[in-house]
Amino acid sequence: MSPQATVHDIDQRPAVTSLRSKDLLGIFELTPDEITLILDTADAMKEIASRPIKKVPALRGKTVVNLFFEPSTRTRTSFEIAEKRLSADTLNIAIATSSVVKGETLADTALNLEAMHPDMIVLRHSSSGACHLLSRICRSAIINAGDGMHEHPTQALLDAFTIRERKRQLKGLKVAIIGDLLHSRVLRSNILLLTRMGAEVWVCGPPTLMPADIRRFGVTATSSIEAAVTGADVIMLLRIQLERMEGAYFPSLREYFNVFGMTEARMKLATPDVMIMHPGPMNRGVEIASEVADGPYSVILDQVANGVAVRMAVLYLLAGGAEHEEAA
Amino acid sequence: MKRLLKGGRIVDPANGIDGVRDILIDGERIARVGSNLPTDGATVVEIPDGLVICPGFIDMHVHLREPGQEHKETVATGTASAVAGGFTAVACMPNTSPVNDNANVTTYILDKAREANLARVYPIGAVSRGSQGELLADIADMRNAGCVAITDDGHPVKTAILLRRALEYAGMFGMPVIEHCEDPSLKGDAVAHEGYYAASLGLRGMPGACEALGVERGVLLAELTGSSFHVAHMSARASLRAVRKAKEAGVHVTCEVAPHHFTLTDEALAAPVAYDTNTKMNPPLREAADRDAMLDGISDGSVDAIATDHAPHHYDEKKVEYDRAPFGIVGLETAVPLSLDRLVHAGRIRLSRMVELLSVNPARILNVPGGTLSEGAPADITIIAPDLKVRIEAAKLRSRSKNTPFDGWELRGGVAATLVGGRPLYVNAETRISL
Repeated sequence: MSPQATVHDIDQRPAVTSLRSKDLLGIFELTPDEITLILDTADAMKEIASRPIKKVPALRGKTVVNLFFEPSTRTRTSFEIAEKRLSADTLNIAIATSSVVKGETLADTALNLEAMHPDMIVLRHSSSGACHLLSRICRSAIINAGDGMHEHPTQALLDAFTIRERKRQLKGLKVAIIGDLLHSRVLRSNILLLTRMGAEVWVCGPPTLMPADIRRFGVTATSSIEAAVTGADVIMLLRIQLERMEGAYFPSLREYFNVFGMTEARMKLATPDVMIMHPGPMNRGVEIASEVADGPYSVILDQVANGVAVRMAVLYLLAGGAEHEEAA
Repeated sequence: MKRLLKGGRIVDPANGIDGVRDILIDGERIARVGSNLPTDGATVVEIPDGLVICPGFIDMHVHLREPGQEHKETVATGTASAVAGGFTAVACMPNTSPVNDNANVTTYILDKAREANLARVYPIGAVSRGSQGELLADIADMRNAGCVAITDDGHPVKTAILLRRALEYAGMFGMPVIEHCEDPSLKGDAVAHEGYYAASLGLRGMPGACEALGVERGVLLAELTGSSFHVAHMSARASLRAVRKAKEAGVHVTCEVAPHHFTLTDEALAAPVAYDTNTKMNPPLREAADRDAMLDGISDGSVDAIATDHAPHHYDEKKVEYDRAPFGIVGLETAVPLSLDRLVHAGRIRLSRMVELLSVNPARILNVPGGTLSEGAPADITIIAPDLKVRIEAAKLRSRSKNTPFDGWELRGGVAATLVGGRPLYVNAETRISL
């Protein structure tokens, strides 16, 4: 956006070489330097995917448990590929939770896993704060793979990585995030990351799906999609869950698309080299027209590809980075 | 047995007294109050400097959990917690298992209280059978067995028509209807106050309007019926506005505020420990403007009582994901330190006003004995140490449950001794009082 901006953070040496926390609970806990470190590390990791033998020994001898209490294809697969490329021993545990049948508590499940000395636990859970609970009772590194409506930090990191690849830096960019703002953990992580890195964030959705006090997050909030996308460098669509209609958040999916759907006509208001992003899974014809999703400005599949590199970077850094590798 | 409490400052707003007096206790009653009373064969108790003698504090909103949830609390452990916290009497909510909606359960609770023989217990009966909101509970039977008010606490009375009938019917006995004010559809499955902190933590929020709608409904029906309506655990500034307006209009409405609602805000959900389930209660910790409004209401007289909403839960129940944890915290042993520190020492109210909030007014609202140090009254006495440095330690609470957000807090002001019917049931050795 700003022509005066000459700082290319991609070219800068990261000011830190390791993460302070043993866990990745959210973007909230990360400093801008730590975010830059993860993104720079992901640059190196991405190169591994282009090799004929896509495997490095960085996490050899480390055990990573993927503990998923919510269905997930993309995120779980992405973590698993990342772990395998780093030579970690991985274990997938998918637990269907039911509020009716009460089984073991989350704390007990975690303590039982912990007794077998895993190094990291990747947790996806429907309750906000579930990773904080685990972090307090486990010695293992806890990686948040999405907790309720709270955060999804690796998604925001891969989004930032994807933007940085194209735009070289995040600072000064206008990023419009459109959709179900109220229930989205992707939104919360992205707002924290993008505002911390100096982007100008606009959020847009019906007032019924707008979190309370959203302006205190340092964003511009609007229900006008035209205002949100005008001059935008990046447009990020969020999934509209079909059951929101029953909660009377909006009258119908058709009406939602008419008022808030990302169409080619609306895209013309953005900058000429706008990026169209979506964390998936997409509802074609609800939050995004197929022509936009499949069009030349869409980087939706790049996001998926970058997800592996970013998760490798997070796993590598939390395992101790180069320090651990030397010890091994 | 006779005891002469000698040379202490007594604060007895019901009799307009704030000064040094002697109190002669004869058996279960206060025999005389005056200056330089003769010893008259009584054991003399010299009151150390700095202690203040007050009419016994009455907590009009506690959950004793018995029958049915004895792993959280029993009448015995709850009343032990009460006397350690300076309360000579408690009124217990009917959401036990089974619900206190008939004279048998009321009698059971009172039997347990008699066995424990600690703080006095005033049961509060249910408005509706099983608190299901369909049919009226056995209100007259429960009153005869010892209930002093009715409520469906935990939830609002289900319909306006049932609340109207309850007010009309209980009004015949002069019993107040105590209401957990809340609009269920606005609450939904919320677990926190709707605002910045719930939004940033990804927790579902309920706005203050959710509570205020319940208050507005209640005061309109109290006006219609002419009966007494009491707002439980008020937390939202819009609720306070509704109460003030109703009082000005002459409606018989009273309200209570819990110490956590005049002390904490929803910021406590994020820090120092994010998602601490001991910050989860209903109504929730609200934003600063609401907390400040509660303080204003306490200062200006709009708020009638401080009540703890003492809600014990086992640690197993609280050591879970935030949205799955039960609502509520224990409050009996932290109320007096918080009131002294946050209200009196903060310069918001005088000690006599604190005694009104904790003793005089609860007795008046529930129409129970106490609230005064008059000659002939039961010797229910709370002696406080306003300048005692107190450190709250959850592990040391007498309550069976330890779910408090105030663990480790250092506060100015505590309890020196608690006497029920003339018997010293709690004595704090740190205050050098010997009873």
